[in-house]
Amino acid sequence: MAGNGIRIERLSKRYGEGDTAVFALKEVNMHVAPGEVVGLIGPSGSGKSTLLKCLGAVIEPTAGRMTLGDEVIYDDGWSVSDLRALRRDRIGFVFQAPYLIPFLNVTDNVALLPMLANVPNADARSRALDLLGALDVRHRANAMPSQLSGGEQQRVAIARGLVNRPPVILADEPTAPLDSERAMAVIRILNEMARSFETAIIVVTHDEKIIPTFKRIYHIRDGVTHEEAGEGRAY
Amino acid sequence: MISLAGRDILHVWGKFVFTGVGLGLLIGVTLVMAGLYRGMVDDGKVLLDNSGADLWVVQRDTLGPYAESSSIHDDLYRTILAMPGVSQAANATYLTMQVRKGASDVRAMVVGIAPGSPGVTPGWPAYLVAGRQITRGHYEAVADVATGFQLGDRLTIRRNQYTVVGLTRRMVSSSGDPMVFIALKDAQQAQFLKDNDAIWQERRRTAADLELNRPGASDMLVTVNALQVANPYVNAVLVTLKPGHSADAVAESIRRWKRLTVYTRDQMEQILVGKLIATSAKQIGMFLVILAIVSAAIVAFIIYSLTMDKIREIAVLKLIGTRNRTIAAMILQQAIALGVIGFAVGKISATFSAPVFPKYVLLIPRDSIAGFLAVLAICVLASLVAIRIALKVDPAQAIGG
Repeated sequence: MAGNGIRIERLSKRYGEGDTAVFALKEVNMHVAPGEVVGLIGPSGSGKSTLLKCLGAVIEPTAGRMTLGDEVIYDDGWSVSDLRALRRDRIGFVFQAPYLIPFLNVTDNVALLPMLANVPNADARSRALDLLGALDVRHRANAMPSQLSGGEQQRVAIARGLVNRPPVILADEPTAPLDSERAMAVIRILNEMARSFETAIIVVTHDEKIIPTFKRIYHIRDGVTHEEAGEGRAY
Repeated sequence: MISLAGRDILHVWGKFVFTGVGLGLLIGVTLVMAGLYRGMVDDGKVLLDNSGADLWVVQRDTLGPYAESSSIHDDLYRTILAMPGVSQAANATYLTMQVRKGASDVRAMVVGIAPGSPGVTPGWPAYLVAGRQITRGHYEAVADVATGFQLGDRLTIRRNQYTVVGLTRRMVSSSGDPMVFIALKDAQQAQFLKDNDAIWQERRRTAADLELNRPGASDMLVTVNALQVANPYVNAVLVTLKPGHSADAVAESIRRWKRLTVYTRDQMEQILVGKLIATSAKQIGMFLVILAIVSAAIVAFIIYSLTMDKIREIAVLKLIGTRNRTIAAMILQQAIALGVIGFAVGKISATFSAPVFPKYVLLIPRDSIAGFLAVLAICVLASLVAIRIALKVDPAQAIGG
């Protein structure tokens, strides 16, 4: 299923009706292959967030087609609970701020997702600890989010996005609050994880430091995307 | 699945515990209020139990002797004693007053008991916790321990002094005032005999009244003066029945032939509970309703604010695929946990504070269970607003822009 990554074709999103209708997305096309990390860049109000919400199965597009793996999303057969399960099992999210659950420790923050998918608690925690180890924050496994540094919190958030081994990860400004060194570390981790887990990763960013690291970039302006090759610099 | 509610409670335990304690004190007050009502009902029942009577014969068309004043002649008990089905009939007086001991005084119900013996003559204290029963015709008293009097203490009731010879327990009036038992003659004087100055003034007025002080008929003045200081009245005649006789039938017979008002135990209980403490019961009921509303408002507010503090986390939870029922359960469990903490604190505080209250507070398990269920219901209702807000949170809020 993950073989095809994520693909959207002629995806449009309109807010409002008639004279007041505004098209936030206009026939957008995008494809991210498994193991690939692409950048999504655009000014404020360009439609980035709307596109991210459509990709994340949070809002439904007005028209177009989205394929996740071999499965078409947003045809008539998708209920709210189906979309919720899709977000839980097959889409990982990494946010600008880590948004860790403040009342859960690091392990449980990561293990919560598999637990929500009815994975036994011990298995979920084991999976979480493995990922925390891979992201070099296992030593903080029992810490509360408020006890972590910004970089550690972001790594835990990445672990949470990856823990269910989703075929797609949507990262919304993941390096915004970080300095150059930590931002590069996050990009390095995302690329490693993309390769390790065959995950398609879309990184929405304004961050000039990390834009040169992408091999492929989608620019979005006024709801329209165009693709261009990136520099693919070492990170 | 881990308990999100439990983890959140542990995370903000200070806020939770202090709110729970505050709520608990409110619940404690509510339980005490309910206990106060139960205590008033129990006081009324205890009053009836302790009188040992099956019937109360009182002045016609009154709700005496406890709910209204009643005055009947003290020789009526003899004719009642002769009625079919009557085993014992004894005069009794009841007077709520300040009983003095040295410089201090205590509000008490002074009960005049007819000569006889405990367990046989109605009106006598059924048991003592110290000392002995009254054995002399004058100036001895048996007091409830709640008066604070000790054996050998000297009490002043009106113009006379009494020695406490016995102590009893849970002998109270329907309003919770402890009883002091004295001999009937003393009690009649205490209730009806005027002070010497008043008697002297009355005699002067009588002597000045030519209708009562006719020349050549000096015996009339002597008779009138004697009548003015006579105290041939009591408040009620307490009646016990012979086995196998119906209280209603005997009561009806006394009503018909003696032209007096008679109450059975059920009727007297109805008067005490349904009329005498009805206003207090309504008052307490109003307080209970207000306290329930305040408790609900506190729970609703704290759960609402806890939920509003977590709006972003709830959006994240929804975005990553948490079911609505998991989020609703988290809020509901927190509300219920708050209620359980509050109830535990309330129950403990009510239990320990009940004996301190001057009036009898009767905490019964049934009220505690009802209170617990009410607290849970209030918490569930109070959490609905927060649940509604949480379920309306858009998962898109977790994504910027």
